[in-house]
Amino acid sequence: MSDAVVIAGVGKTFATDKTEVEALTGIDLTVGPGEFVSLIGPSGCGKSTLLRIIADLLAPTTGTVTVNGKSPRQARDDQDYGFAFQQAGLLEWRTVEGNVELPMALGGMDKGARRTRARELLELVGLGDFAGHRPSQLSGGMQQRVAIARALARRPALLLMDEPFGALDEMTRERMQAELLRICGETGAAVVFVTHSIPEAVFLSHRVVVMSPRPGRITEIVDVPLGTRDDDVRESEPFFQAITEVREALRGRKHR
Amino acid sequence: MTAAALWRRIRPALMVLLALAILAVLWELYKWLMPDDGVRIGDTLVLPRSDDASMPHLWDIVSEFGEHEVGDSGQTVGVSVIDAVWYSLRLAAAGFLVGVVVGLLLALAMERVRIVRRALLPYIVLSQTVPLIALAPLVFAWGGNLHLFGLEWRPWMSVSVIAAYLAFFPVAIGALRGLASPTPVQAELLSSLAASWWQTLVRLKLPASVRYLIPALKLAAAAAVIGAIVAEISTGLRGGIGRLIISYAQLATGDPARVYAPILGAAVMGLIAVGLISLLEIGLRRYTPEGTTA
Repeated sequence: MSDAVVIAGVGKTFATDKTEVEALTGIDLTVGPGEFVSLIGPSGCGKSTLLRIIADLLAPTTGTVTVNGKSPRQARDDQDYGFAFQQAGLLEWRTVEGNVELPMALGGMDKGARRTRARELLELVGLGDFAGHRPSQLSGGMQQRVAIARALARRPALLLMDEPFGALDEMTRERMQAELLRICGETGAAVVFVTHSIPEAVFLSHRVVVMSPRPGRITEIVDVPLGTRDDDVRESEPFFQAITEVREALRGRKHR
Repeated sequence: MTAAALWRRIRPALMVLLALAILAVLWELYKWLMPDDGVRIGDTLVLPRSDDASMPHLWDIVSEFGEHEVGDSGQTVGVSVIDAVWYSLRLAAAGFLVGVVVGLLLALAMERVRIVRRALLPYIVLSQTVPLIALAPLVFAWGGNLHLFGLEWRPWMSVSVIAAYLAFFPVAIGALRGLASPTPVQAELLSSLAASWWQTLVRLKLPASVRYLIPALKLAAAAAVIGAIVAEISTGLRGGIGRLIISYAQLATGDPARVYAPILGAAVMGLIAVGLISLLEIGLRRYTPEGTTA
């Protein structure tokens, strides 16, 4: 099985009329199949830009990216990845089920198969009873779960998530993190996860990629050797150690 | 739909009826309270006359619909007005449909290509500043010389073209706003789902446009009706309500109430046109969450 994502020497420069901004430079990163990798760093470090380059929503200025062994363009056309945004971005004129069906409808899947798959996904994210609701009738956390179900619709080998829990309260956030890990366990998808939160990155990830701005680059990659992730992990010694390690990497201090 | 939601949909229609009732009461009150010769300061008339020649009683206007046009036999005024309304409404509808199609196509072109938008938008706005009265005879004259693809140009087509000329404008502007209304996240989402331009249009941009299009279509419907009537008058086309207004107005001294019959007909025409769009709005209500129609 090929790696989920291979990034080699990627840089990105945004040119405006007068100035050029170097958003990313010299990025090398490989995400294995089924691996969970978080990108963390201060605003302006280019983590969202990097995610969009993987998704072929932006083109890199230099370097190459492969997704599932293909060009990002091909991977997007084949729907090898699912994307979850910071805002749920649901279409308010569609029901919850209709929103989950959207990627399948665009892919030309027939109505019956679409419906079966949508029901399955809504069960997976714990919204089986809400299929006929409108997005406006759901809480923020529930809307985000619909967005995750939608991202999973076409059984992608890779999930790209841009601060999907950023707008949620802490309690909902922790519950969603546990749900996400369960879903990843069931689907076997690799994840590239952008976040601002150190505990979130550590709890979810096999590896945390620490980035810094001006120009955006990778400063350190922290391995997180946690076993089974449950609520007890959040109070364990290795969890706190990993948090400390990521925090110091963010401050730019080498800790070994 | 709950009873409360239904009420919110029906209420605007009831408000229109209420407004008409108030207008009728004001009319009769004025007639009752004011002197027949109106109110003058010096030689200047400051409030209009309220005698029967200037302001006939509403019941006289209504009973006029039952009168015969000429003498004691033949067609009644009511039938004439209904015929004329039906005729003009069809011309307005043809103009409305053409206007909607043209407006949508312009909006699509402007939304897709920025340079088209910059080039076209000023002219679209400019088009509405040309006085209709000046334009109508021109269109009529051009039409007379046209023989497109074996299609013989008929005078009523000129009237519909003028109605379309007024109707396309709100549609173009409303659709342009609507097509640009999806959030950046929604646009990125469709892009991440590898949606084609057409799929993005059908699944995202058009549905998101509905709440901008409904008010635009109402404006367009009213504009098409006005355009058709004014065009009938200024081109002298027979058969429609515009012509009827003119020919009854010439009888004003003998039969003042008759003047108002086709005017009422014209008002009803406008209400029918806007009412049809309201039906469309009810049909499309899932695209217009309550309170969000722009």
